[in-house]
Amino acid sequence: MIKLIVLIVALLLIGFIAWWFFGNHATAAVDAAVSANSQDVGVEVSGGYSPSTVVLKKGVPATLTFNRKDPSSCLKQVVFPDFGINEFLPQNEAHAIPIDTSKPGEFDYACGMNMFHGKVIIK
Amino acid sequence: MSIKNRFVFSLVVSLPMLVEMFTKPFGLMLPGGAWTMFLLATAVMAVSAGPFIQSAWAAFRHHHANMDTLVAIGTITAYLYSFYAMLAGKAVFFESAAFVVTFILLGQYFEEKMKHSASGAVSKLVDLQAKDAEVQRDGQWTQVPLAQVVVNDIIRVRPGQKIAVDGVIVDGTSTIDESMVTGESMPVTKQAGDKVIGATMNNTGTFTFKASKVGNDTLLSQIVEMVKKAQTSHAPIQKTVDKVADIFVPAVLIAAIATFTVWYVFLDAPLVSALLFAVSVVIIACPCALGIATPTALMVGTGRSAKMGILIKNGEVLEAANRVKTVVFDKTGTITAGHPQVTDIVGDASQVLHVAANLEVASEHPLATAILDKAKAENISVTAAQNFQAIEGKGVRATVDGQPAFIGNDKLMADYQLDATLSTQMAQLQAEAKTVVLVGVLDRIIGLIAIQDAPKASSAAAIAALKHRGLRTVMLTGDNQRVAQAIADEVGIDTVIADVLPGDKADHVKQLQADGPVAFVGDGINDAPALTTADVGIAMGSGTDIAIESGGIVLVKNDLMDVVRALELSQKTFSRIKLNLFWAFIYNTLGIPVAAGIFVVFGLSLSPELAGLGMALSSLSVVASSLLLNKSKLTSTPATSSVA
Repeated sequence: MIKLIVLIVALLLIGFIAWWFFGNHATAAVDAAVSANSQDVGVEVSGGYSPSTVVLKKGVPATLTFNRKDPSSCLKQVVFPDFGINEFLPQNEAHAIPIDTSKPGEFDYACGMNMFHGKVIIK
Repeated sequence: MSIKNRFVFSLVVSLPMLVEMFTKPFGLMLPGGAWTMFLLATAVMAVSAGPFIQSAWAAFRHHHANMDTLVAIGTITAYLYSFYAMLAGKAVFFESAAFVVTFILLGQYFEEKMKHSASGAVSKLVDLQAKDAEVQRDGQWTQVPLAQVVVNDIIRVRPGQKIAVDGVIVDGTSTIDESMVTGESMPVTKQAGDKVIGATMNNTGTFTFKASKVGNDTLLSQIVEMVKKAQTSHAPIQKTVDKVADIFVPAVLIAAIATFTVWYVFLDAPLVSALLFAVSVVIIACPCALGIATPTALMVGTGRSAKMGILIKNGEVLEAANRVKTVVFDKTGTITAGHPQVTDIVGDASQVLHVAANLEVASEHPLATAILDKAKAENISVTAAQNFQAIEGKGVRATVDGQPAFIGNDKLMADYQLDATLSTQMAQLQAEAKTVVLVGVLDRIIGLIAIQDAPKASSAAAIAALKHRGLRTVMLTGDNQRVAQAIADEVGIDTVIADVLPGDKADHVKQLQADGPVAFVGDGINDAPALTTADVGIAMGSGTDIAIESGGIVLVKNDLMDVVRALELSQKTFSRIKLNLFWAFIYNTLGIPVAAGIFVVFGLSLSPELAGLGMALSSLSVVASSLLLNKSKLTSTPATSSVA
């Protein structure tokens, strides 16, 4: 009897994991607040990047201000392959990274191990 | 709390449990038994494992899972079960949770240290920058910070000082060590009119130069920018890995639950062993080794090549360079020096050169320049001849040292007699596609000067080395077939395609691509279309002249041997990436079944502690293997001589 319960719980757990991690969970893109001649978006780093997608205006100098709450060594580094940016984020401190907005497009970024992903859209 | 402190804490707190593991068989136990173990393990879980749990939870809320998820779930399972077992009076394994945390932190500590050293190439390059410069302002020499130096500033450099920015020497001579930027190990002698590169070291003399490029425009800044981009780029091979990594952690969790269920429900194993198998699966399966296999190797490989003056643009180029079957060279300026030089003098060398130089001193013809350069190199003083008189379509006649003398092309043979020895030598030189100039005094021809755009010293050796690597070599040139073939024979090129119009080079590259990937080596200024058409464009330059955006690989030095080195380094780096990925995959595909207890019948199983150690070692071995790229030997030494 107890084994049957264990089996059912196990199957339910597997189902939950599949749904939770592989299911389609929408995330919203956040537009940058554009002030006079610059735009800045704060990105909280905790178990991922939130917001994970940031929309920037083309041609307006931009910075992404990362604030790493997460102690994970994975998230310590942030890498933007298209911009040649590879920086270490101090924990619990705002760390601004200037982004070149001269070219439109979608630019992915990731943590040092490429496990967590974020995206910058310039248009 | 830093990783190091977390490691030290968990090590110190776990030590009593480790000691007990060895003394237990002799009946020596910790005072307080399970309760002491419980307190120690709780301390480790709260202090050292806390951040793992915190970050696992944060990731979970975002529908993410990473290595922290695995560590947290594995250790919490072991810890909570032991707590239950302690209350129920069963065997506990608090020490497993504590040891796993300790081992993983040890691995992370070393990994972090090595990662910093792998990414050190860029900061080393930036450190090369001079801090200040001695600039002429309002007629006074003043020391100003680098940021205040502007274009057209006149800057003075004393022996032992660093050259601040790129520029052209105005006054003075010196030898300059450019090894830090170009990879050229011998100091170079420079004088007025020569270009100097910022961040290089002035050795012997004092000179002044005019700044031509400052700030982000300097060669060093451009190199730094390119290396940065290369190091963060992704090799195409990485894309597959990323896909695997995305689903890896949840898949491992499912595998662990399945392991537990199969052992407990279907194989009637005791609860404890079923749980231990599941925990081992979770712990061993960290995908970090997979995640860092490519980036660390790319970082070390591109960093090392940058130090040699070879700039590889990104991982894509690196992977393409690995597949190249044919190397196509532009002739002028790539295989050859790019300007005519005197190669042979027949007759009394110094007298022939003396007469020739005096006759040519006023001429601006490229052949005249070659003769004057030679005279200068031989320290022959030149005084302009008098009573110049053109010999229509053939040459010039004038008075040198009071005697009538002449110089001209082979059409002069109609007017003057050439003796038998000279005429055979002349035929031989012409067969080598050299331009032969006749020099005469009074009515007699006293000697011949052969002029050619000769191959660079390293060309033959470089081509031999490429052929040795199994590559086909092709020369593409606008010159005529005879001249092209002569040069090709001299350096050992396989195939010659001559009489190519500048605009058609890219088309020829395309045709060659039918037989396999092609690398094109050109000067980056005139050859841009061919460079982009080729699978790998290799742009050669000398010093500040290179257009850094022009090629997939940019060679700072003007040396063909660097083509060999670039291809070899690309190959080395790429095979290191493959090796890393292979081990990371093998480790996981073998480790998981072993941890799940599939091989228990053969007596092969893994405890959670060993799984934790294995996981730490796998990431460490990958980073270490990448760092070893710095030490790997290059076979492309210019030892092999010409194979013409």
